[in-house]
Amino acid sequence: MAYTAQDFKSNQEVRWCPGCGDHAVLASIHRALPEVCEALGYTKERIVFVSGIGCSSRLPYYMDTFGFHGIHGRATAISTGMKVANPKLSIWQATGDGDALAIGGNHFIHAIRRNIDINIILFNNQIYGLTKGQYSPTSRLGMITRTSPYGTVENPFNPGALALGAGATFFARSLDSEVKLSQDLLVAAAKHDGTSVVEMLVNCVIFNDGAHATISDREHRADRTIILRHGEPMIFGKNKDKGLILRDKNLEVVTIGKDGIGVDDLLVHDAHCENVSIHNLLVNMQYPGHPVALGVIRDVKERTYDDNVRDQVLEVQAKSPIKCMDDLLHSGATWVVE
Amino acid sequence: MQHKVIDMQNVVIRFAGDSGDGMQLTGTLFADASALFGNEISTFPDYPAEIRAPQGTVSGVSGFQVHIGSGEVNTPGDFCDVLVAMNPAALKANAKWAKPTATIIIDSDAFDEAGIKRAGFTTLDPFAELKIEDRNIIPSPITTLTKESLKESGLDNRAILRSKNMFTLGMCFYLFNRDLDYTNDYLEKKFKKNPALVEANKKVLFDGFNYASNIHAIANTYMVQPAPQEKGVYRNINGNQATAWGLMAAAEKSGLPLFCGSYPITPATGILEELAIHKNLGVKTMQAEDEIAGICTAIGAAYAGNFAVTTTSGPGLSLKSEAMGLAMITELPLVIVDVQRGGPSTGIPTKTEQTDLAQALYGRNGECPIAVIAAHSPSHCFDAAFYAGKYAMEHMMPVILLTEGFLGNGSEPWKIPSMKDYPAIKPPIIDSSEGAFKPYHRDPETFVRKWAWPGKAGLEHRVGGLEKNPDGVISSDPINHEKMCAARAEKVARMANFIPDQKVIGADKADVLIVGWGGTFGHLYTAVQQMQSEGKSVALAHFDFINPLPKNTAEVFARYKKILVCELNSGQFVDYLRAKLPDFKYLQYNKVQGQPFIVKEIVDAVNNIL
Repeated sequence: MAYTAQDFKSNQEVRWCPGCGDHAVLASIHRALPEVCEALGYTKERIVFVSGIGCSSRLPYYMDTFGFHGIHGRATAISTGMKVANPKLSIWQATGDGDALAIGGNHFIHAIRRNIDINIILFNNQIYGLTKGQYSPTSRLGMITRTSPYGTVENPFNPGALALGAGATFFARSLDSEVKLSQDLLVAAAKHDGTSVVEMLVNCVIFNDGAHATISDREHRADRTIILRHGEPMIFGKNKDKGLILRDKNLEVVTIGKDGIGVDDLLVHDAHCENVSIHNLLVNMQYPGHPVALGVIRDVKERTYDDNVRDQVLEVQAKSPIKCMDDLLHSGATWVVE
Repeated sequence: MQHKVIDMQNVVIRFAGDSGDGMQLTGTLFADASALFGNEISTFPDYPAEIRAPQGTVSGVSGFQVHIGSGEVNTPGDFCDVLVAMNPAALKANAKWAKPTATIIIDSDAFDEAGIKRAGFTTLDPFAELKIEDRNIIPSPITTLTKESLKESGLDNRAILRSKNMFTLGMCFYLFNRDLDYTNDYLEKKFKKNPALVEANKKVLFDGFNYASNIHAIANTYMVQPAPQEKGVYRNINGNQATAWGLMAAAEKSGLPLFCGSYPITPATGILEELAIHKNLGVKTMQAEDEIAGICTAIGAAYAGNFAVTTTSGPGLSLKSEAMGLAMITELPLVIVDVQRGGPSTGIPTKTEQTDLAQALYGRNGECPIAVIAAHSPSHCFDAAFYAGKYAMEHMMPVILLTEGFLGNGSEPWKIPSMKDYPAIKPPIIDSSEGAFKPYHRDPETFVRKWAWPGKAGLEHRVGGLEKNPDGVISSDPINHEKMCAARAEKVARMANFIPDQKVIGADKADVLIVGWGGTFGHLYTAVQQMQSEGKSVALAHFDFINPLPKNTAEVFARYKKILVCELNSGQFVDYLRAKLPDFKYLQYNKVQGQPFIVKEIVDAVNNIL
């Protein structure tokens, strides 16, 4: 049965603020799921949306799928338990920069380390929205918020660098307004076996308006971002005339046709490369200086935790003479009283 | 000298040494050999928090007490008949547990000036200082003899010294007329890959046995005859193992896979370790990144249709509080095992207490009642865990199982049950629904909701920590909230319709009813038996079900003139009883020393009010 986006929309009224970036991400999820089900042969009841606390964590209520709205920071642990309990489920987690990287930071890195097969959609608006405007672990240094009236004095996390540092096998990044790109990335995340992290750079219209405006403005977006596609040269810019090369262990922006640089001189994106060095450089690119990397930055194969758990159980079961509790109760040292 | 074998009903032996001396193993091997011989046994490990505390100091002393009997044995014993002290610190820490008639075996090599000073004695005569010169002290050069025994073994000095405990065990086996077969078998299995080590340990054990038989200091040996036991197949089991197996048994009876999400914590880790072994029965264990992840993975597994458990001790229970509220409001089955230890905070982690009861009953935000069950002996942990699982799954709610370090690490012989004697477990699983599935529609009798998990087509629904209306839609409506809180509380209260009536050990009416719960059962029971045999009018009501209380609790209390609530805390159960059943006057006896009761103090407490 072919699904449509409509099949995944719940009858609940969406309560995010008008203009919130989350609406666009929700739309991309609704659109991606029919494609995911088609590609992977899933039926709707296998899909579960899990969340923690925060604006984005309301998302499961807006999905007509199984859903679990957890507690702050713990969605990753809840998702992990679900997947281990039933590896057939397709688990999607909606989380924010506060939920995943502050209170839930420990679960986030350990899920990635284990490579449990879940899809983490990380809504990064660089602010705490639901509690009305405090700085988050991704707020830029010096940002003025309710809890940093004189500017923050701490450095932010780059979620991609954190994920790669924890051993991520899949990391992708999109912008709220790039609905089609987001949709494609979610499908790619679903196809990936292991922990997929998709960072969505979203705007918070109330507490951090223009969070990503420097790169997301329609006028400058093409010049300040680069959409990476596996196997394609790293080209960007309104006029498709800019590219990236590797020079002195760093990425450098060049203009095609200038200083003898041709398309053949550009780096070709290899998302499947085991070596994480280039992926690290890509994920850390910031404007100005570099375009911000969007698309699937890393997508490598590795055994998943849920597969390992299942296989180990099967392996031990095959070898053990103990098949039920009564067998176990009578195993080992016992004695008979007559 | 004539060698006599003296028959004894009961003997208590306490092995004490440095935490690296292998006293836990020595005690366990002695207990296992005695159980196999047919004695009733009860054991009590008493060890420090440090894996290797400073050598030779009192803080590093590790002890293991074994009580063996030819009759009923319900406690590890108050005072010991034989104390083995591997160094002066062990003697200092444990002399107070030696009966006036006790035999004390010491490793005289360790009682040099340096050793005696390290233990904090002010003179060079520790026996006089402890006022125990009159005991039957058997100084034996255990270190020297072990070295002598193994000088041809090719083992290095360190390995040789580590075998001292086998020498001691051999001596004790002689003293109690036990043969060495069981321990020899154990050594062969344990060091299968290292035949030199097997031979060395067997030789030391044998030499210790012979040494004891050759010295004249041991005039008599003792025989504790096998106890008359019910026919059947027996095994030794400790509380943590029994808890793990009880959970596995509940999974088997429910037909659902067992998932355990946990984080290592003393003294509960043994449950996770035990479950991790049993992948052969399909158990999935996850050593989570922290306590919170332990319970949250379990909640996820419960939502996905597994029988989910998490195991911990007091500090971990604190960390799990918020998630327990989540399990409660989402009405998912979950067993939370708390093997209690001495608190607050890190407290005295290797010692036993019953100080988490208030936390189990109340320690969450909001109106969050949770069922609480307690285990009362090491082997009873099996039944307690089984029924915790049964109630959690059949009533769709989290259940806290309280055990104690004393139970988790203590062991006793256990008549192996048959799974056919345990009831079926039938969770209210739903496979299809007419129209949309409404997660919080309840059975009008039990208030239990249905369980639908992902994968079941047409039953898509959302649950979570936000208050919902019965249809599962988020609601902050004031009246709805009050109704939902009341319904969730009523569900827990109605579990009382499914639990057994409270039983009383002793007469239907008496002057004093001792009330207890949890791991104090053996001591309270022994005290009651002793007083009854002296003609005292005393009975015991020991509670396995704490929330809800058995329905006949008030009716039981009404039959006794005085009620004395005894517990290893400053009065958490008695306070609960005062709140729940305020019509009675409760007296209390409490101890918060990180140690179990001793029978005599219970007897004295009762005598004080008789």
